Amino acid sequence: MEELGIILQNLDWSPLWISLKTGVVATFFCFFLGFFAASKIMRAGSGLKAVIDGILTLPMVLPPTVAGFFLLLLFSKRRPMGMFLYDQFGIKVVQSWLGCIIAATVIAFPLMYRNARAAFEQVDINLIYAGRTLGMSDMKIFWRIVVPNAGPGIASGTILTFARALGEYGATSMLAGNIPGKTATISQRIAMVIQDQNYLTAGVWVAIVLLIAFAAIVLINVISSRSMKNVERW
Amino acid sequence: MNFELDGRRVGILGASGSGKSMTLRSIAGILTPDEGHIVLGDRVLFDSSGHINLRPQVRNVGYLFQNYALFPNMTVRENIMVGLETQRRSVGSLKENNKSAGGLFSRRKVFKEEKNRRADEMIEKFKLTGLEDRLPRQISGGQQQRVALARIMAYSPDVILLDEPFSALDWFLKDRMQLELTEMLKDYEGMVIMVSHDRDEIYRFSEELLIVDEGKVVKRGETRSVFADPGTRAAAALTGCKNFSRAERLDDHHVKALDWGITIETERVLPGKFNHLGFRAHQFQPVYLRDETGEVQGKDVLGQTSATRPGNSIRCNVISEARLQFERNYYIKPETESADGTLLTWLVQRELWPEIDERGLPDYLVLPEKDLLYLL
Repeated sequence: MEELGIILQNLDWSPLWISLKTGVVATFFCFFLGFFAASKIMRAGSGLKAVIDGILTLPMVLPPTVAGFFLLLLFSKRRPMGMFLYDQFGIKVVQSWLGCIIAATVIAFPLMYRNARAAFEQVDINLIYAGRTLGMSDMKIFWRIVVPNAGPGIASGTILTFARALGEYGATSMLAGNIPGKTATISQRIAMVIQDQNYLTAGVWVAIVLLIAFAAIVLINVISSRSMKNVERW
Repeated sequence: MNFELDGRRVGILGASGSGKSMTLRSIAGILTPDEGHIVLGDRVLFDSSGHINLRPQVRNVGYLFQNYALFPNMTVRENIMVGLETQRRSVGSLKENNKSAGGLFSRRKVFKEEKNRRADEMIEKFKLTGLEDRLPRQISGGQQQRVALARIMAYSPDVILLDEPFSALDWFLKDRMQLELTEMLKDYEGMVIMVSHDRDEIYRFSEELLIVDEGKVVKRGETRSVFADPGTRAAAALTGCKNFSRAERLDDHHVKALDWGITIETERVLPGKFNHLGFRAHQFQPVYLRDETGEVQGKDVLGQTSATRPGNSIRCNVISEARLQFERNYYIKPETESADGTLLTWLVQRELWPEIDERGLPDYLVLPEKDLLYLL
C-alpha cells in the first residue's frame, strides 16, 4: 500500500495527457473523414463500392505494425514525401506528436467510417425518396433527415473511435516512438514499465485505461438504448 | 409498358412483381427506367433518347409510400412544413404579391407567416389538431396516413401516386382508411394514380383502370367495363375470376369448354377470337332436379322448372368444400377426365345457405350466358 502511494505521488502523468490529447484530435479528424467517406460510399455503385470500402477498412484488419510500416515509408525524412514536408514546411512526423495523431487517426478511421456507414444504411430509403419527391435538395435530406435518424449510430461510432485512438500502440510506437513527455502514450508507457519489471506502475496505468474504456462502453449503451426501443429481448 | 392516362382517379392492378410499383417509382423519378419516356401534362419528365431525366425534386409529383415515410425525427407539424417549404407554385405567387412589400426581411417574415398559416390550415383540414407536436411514432396508423397526405397536399403536386396504401392493414382498418382517403382526396383536382394487387381496393377507388402483367399493360379502360370484360386470362384472374377453361369455338353459337367437359350454346353470336372461357365463382345458378321428397321434378331457386338437365350447366359434383364466415366455397370436379386436376370453384353467399342445408347440394350449376368471359 505504501509502495502504491509512493508510485502515485511520483507518477509522471504526461502519458495520460498525451493519450487524451491524441485521442481527441484523432477522433476529430476521424469524425469528419469517416462521415464524409461514408456519405460518399452510400452514393457509389456496387463495383466501385467494394474496392473503395476494402481500402478504407484495411487499417482495421491489418496488424497496426504493418500500418506503421507504411506510414514510416510515407513520412520518413529519408523518403520523398517526408523530405518534402520537412524541407518545405518544417513538418516532422516521425518521432513527433504529429506522428501520434496520424497513427491514431489511420488506425481508428475505419471504426468511424464503418459505424457511420452502418448508421446511414439503417435509415429507411423511403425517407430519402420521400424527401426527394417533396422537393428537398440532397444536401437538406442528408442533414435534416439522414443524420438525425442515424444519430445514435454515429455517436457510438465516435466513442469507439475515441477509445481506439486512445489505446493505439503498434503504429504509434513505430511512427512516433516512445519519447517521454512528447510521444509516450499510456499504452507505450505500460509496455515500457513492464520491460522494467515495474508491475505496480503498469497496474496503475492499466486501471486508468480500464476505467476510460468501461466509461466509453457505458456511454455507448446509454446512447444506443434510446434508439433500441423496438429491439426485442431474445 | 405503354399507356396514356387522363382520368382523375386511375388504378393500376397487377400481381406482385408485375412492374406496377416500378412504374410508379419511375413516374416519381426515384427510379430511372432503362429506356422510354414519361410525360406529365406538357412537361417531359424522362426521355431516354433525348437524355432528359428530371430530378424527382422538380417533377412536382406527390408520392404516398406504403409505410408513409414520415420523418421520424420531425413532429407532425414539421413534417407538413417540409412540403410547404419546398412547394413551388404558391411560393412563386407569394413572391409576386409581395414584391412591393418592403425589404427582404419583412418579405421573408410575411413568407414565414404565410407558411405557418398554411400549415395550420392543413392541420385542421386533415383533422390533426392537437397532434401537431407529436412525433410520427406517437400517433396511430390512420393519423400517420393523414399526416403523409397533408404533407403531400401542402406541396400541391400535379399528380398524386399511391403505392399500395392499404396492403399492410387489417381488414377493419383498411375499410376505414379507404373511406378516409376518398374523403381527403375529394377536393383534389389533379390526377391520382393508385397501384395495388387488391381488386376490391382498385374497384372502389378508380374510375379508370389499367391491368398490368409481366411488365405490359394487358387491359385498359373504364373500371366497370374492364371488370365486365377483362379480355385476357391474366387480367380476369386479377379481377377475381377463379374458373378458367381452354375453349374450342365450334360455330357462331357453340363453344366447347375443354377443361370443364361441357359444351355451351349461346343466343348471341360468339366473339371471333378467343381461346379460353372464364367464369366467376359466385355466378353459378344452382338447379335441383328433385323436390323436397326426393322425387325428380326439376326446380331451381328462381322457381323455374325443367325436368331434364338444364342447358349450359355442369354437374354439381362437389369433392371438397371450405366454409368461411360469410361465404362457402365448393370445389367441383369437371365433367372430363382429361383436365389436369383443375377444380371449379363455386362461391356461395350466405343467403343461399338455408336452401342448401335443407335440400342438399343442387344437381346442376347453370352458367348463364351473360356471365361468361371470353378470354385470350
